[in-house]
Amino acid sequence: MSQVGLPHYLVVSAVLFALGIYTVSTRRSAVAILMGVELCLNAAALNFAAFAQHVHGAIAGQVMALFIVVLAAAEAAIALAIVLSLWRSHRTVDVTQTASLRD
Amino acid sequence: MPSPATIVFYALAALTIGCAALVAFSRNILYSALALLGTLSGVAGLYLHLGADFLGVTQLLIYVGGILVLVLFAVLLTTRIGDVQASNRSLGWSAALPLALALGAALVALAVRIDWPLTEVVAAPTTARLGDAFLREYLLPFELASLVLLMALVGAMVLARRAVKEPPRPQ
Repeated sequence: MSQVGLPHYLVVSAVLFALGIYTVSTRRSAVAILMGVELCLNAAALNFAAFAQHVHGAIAGQVMALFIVVLAAAEAAIALAIVLSLWRSHRTVDVTQTASLRD
Repeated sequence: MPSPATIVFYALAALTIGCAALVAFSRNILYSALALLGTLSGVAGLYLHLGADFLGVTQLLIYVGGILVLVLFAVLLTTRIGDVQASNRSLGWSAALPLALALGAALVALAVRIDWPLTEVVAAPTTARLGDAFLREYLLPFELASLVLLMALVGAMVLARRAVKEPPRPQ
């Protein structure tokens, strides 16, 4: 605990990722599942940025983290547009009740 | 007495992980969305602590100022008006909790046991280096990302619009 190094960031990223996986697998609301996916993406981007800082000369990790931010924005826009369409047609965003779309 | 940098790191890590736990375990979906704000701000603080200045500010602008606002819109637009509280029930947590614990434990063990080849951390502004990287080695992904954003913009508009009714033609 003397000096904060790479393993500390990796542990934070691992815990965030596990919490994100738990959120994705247990929630009923589609918006809550999206929140879990955002947690996983943030954990991965933090991991990339931590490696970028602790390995000499590698800016690639921060470039990757920026791409993750950009793609997460695009994905959140589309996912929430889908959620709004679902709400308009079914008045629910409960993923256990959307099986009727299969028929 | 630990150094101020260490104290700041542990405070940011506690904020991030605590708010992520609220996102995962809270029963009210609005509390989850607001806790996501805390998580994203904590991650932005961790980026700044790492010395990734551009990335930290971009995270605040785009993730907190854009994505989180979208998520809050979705949460507030899709809860029934009649409900007193916006519930966020969970499903099958007895299977998911061991899975998440095992995954987290495996990743943490990986992080602390491996002898990473580290180099000295140099604190320097990153904006110029990022600009160079985006216009040299990563030019193609940069252009493709702008195409992806265009497609997402058009796609979201198409998906979310209401059906336009044809006006009755005059006879």
